[in-house]
Amino acid sequence: MPPAGTPATTEATIEAGRIRRNWLLAAPALALLLIGASGPLLIVLVYSFLEPGDYSGVIWKFTPRAWFEIFLKRDIFDGTLGVADAHLTIFWRSVRLSLLTTLITILLGFPTAWFIATRPRSQRALWLFLITIPFWTNLLIRTFAIMEVIRNQGVLNTVLLQAGLIAEPIQILYTDTAVLIGMTYVYLPLMVLPLYAAIDRFDFRLAEAGYDLYASRLQVLRRVILPLVRPGLIAGSILVFVPSLGAYVTPRVLGGGKNMMIGNFIELQFGQGRNWPLGAALSMLLLLIVMAALLVYVRVSGRENPHG
Amino acid sequence: MAERRPFSVTRLPGFTAIALVTFALLYAPIVTLVAYSFNGSESIAVWGGFSWRWYGIAWQNTAVQEATVRSLVIATAAAAIAGTVATLAALGTTRTDRFRGRTLIYVLVNQPLMVPEIVTAVALLIFFSGIRLATGYAGLGYLILAHSAFCVPFAYLPIRARLEGMDLSLETAASDLYADRFQTFRHVTLPLMAPGIVAGVMLAFIISLDDVVITEFVKSAGQDTLPTYMLGQLRRAVTPEVNAISTALLALTVLLLTMFFLLTRKRD
Repeated sequence: MPPAGTPATTEATIEAGRIRRNWLLAAPALALLLIGASGPLLIVLVYSFLEPGDYSGVIWKFTPRAWFEIFLKRDIFDGTLGVADAHLTIFWRSVRLSLLTTLITILLGFPTAWFIATRPRSQRALWLFLITIPFWTNLLIRTFAIMEVIRNQGVLNTVLLQAGLIAEPIQILYTDTAVLIGMTYVYLPLMVLPLYAAIDRFDFRLAEAGYDLYASRLQVLRRVILPLVRPGLIAGSILVFVPSLGAYVTPRVLGGGKNMMIGNFIELQFGQGRNWPLGAALSMLLLLIVMAALLVYVRVSGRENPHG
Repeated sequence: MAERRPFSVTRLPGFTAIALVTFALLYAPIVTLVAYSFNGSESIAVWGGFSWRWYGIAWQNTAVQEATVRSLVIATAAAAIAGTVATLAALGTTRTDRFRGRTLIYVLVNQPLMVPEIVTAVALLIFFSGIRLATGYAGLGYLILAHSAFCVPFAYLPIRARLEGMDLSLETAASDLYADRFQTFRHVTLPLMAPGIVAGVMLAFIISLDDVVITEFVKSAGQDTLPTYMLGQLRRAVTPEVNAISTALLALTVLLLTMFFLLTRKRD
């Protein structure tokens, strides 16, 4: 019989074995993600500090040039540095459209989430299911569906023409408006679901109590309801804003070639643009913005809900 | 003071109307797409009666056939791989006290949900093109590896949820009745987790089947999946054939989702 250790060391050994077992179980997943997702991000970081090759790829020489190129350009005639307005236009379009998408999804999503949360319990699952179906439907198919509606011979223009409201089709497709409509459509479920989760936990008697104490409807909304559903509102906004900012498919299909967003501009650098380092630097910048947004979210939700 | 109407949270003015309009807006484009796929007319602007014509044309298109098979092969492989590693990871991170590095595991496993797809796509493009140059290998392996990786969190989350809701006493009972650890796992833990695993694998399958961005960047020439084939078609003109493929994919998604909901439904 092996000599029994002191109780403390035995416990420590069991504890260490348990932790090793946990790490071993997680190891295959971690290895897969390191090779297929996280690891290559480091290569992008490295590439953003290299010189572009003549046709594509890179020359292995350290330079921070790509990072300056994001905002600055060198004049081809006199060699002076100026602001890269073409780049700024694309950034501004991305940020503006993403913010507008977030705002519109809140305006449509909040009443929708409220509506679902106030249905009788037996009906709620069905309404939620109706939100989840578009959510899980292929993003390309949904973008394509929007295209069918807004194109010049599409449903919208046909209906408006036949109703005599317009004399000729409105050009919506291949404009910023089309991208905005498309992003609002594809990301709306991402706003409704967290809002629903927050409203569902809300004690409706508080709103009724506020109203009984002669608060107006608007006051009830502002002073009672909004503070309580704020975590859901923040979660929904992040969930909509982050993918909007990095959107690629929707602006490519609905915006046409001209109305690029950051995602399409990044792709351009790896295709016709043949400037891999600039593409890499732009990717890293996008990643930084997204990480900052997530960090703010973790901070805010951690403060409001310290135990959850 | 004037008598006020009693407050009812279910009848906030305008909310119901906005909600119903939102539901209508969510479904109108999808319904339009499905309707167009059954349009017998050659022209997209005219309704030519109900017809399966475009389904027939899509079905006989060799490019569509190949893309469909490729999509299904990749999704099956990715769902199997992601499901396996996610099951193991879920076993290692649930029903255990906090340990150093658990948060790190969470962050790494859920990383694909946080990093914008376009960034991962660019990263894999650079990484894989280097490997392709060095080894000369240009098969489906790159796509399967990429898809497996971004499917992991979608498989992991339902499995973890299932494990966390499981009753530990059954496993304790099994070991009290002299089942060894493997027997307990095989006959008690695994059957109890099964609905979570099936749900996770199904989500991973849907996610892999739907992917456009990463596939578009990682694929070699002639490796179109159904979504990248459709994206390529859209560049030229709208064809009812693409509507038909979309509708078929949509039907598959709805079918899988309905099964998923039945599997994960909480029993009252």
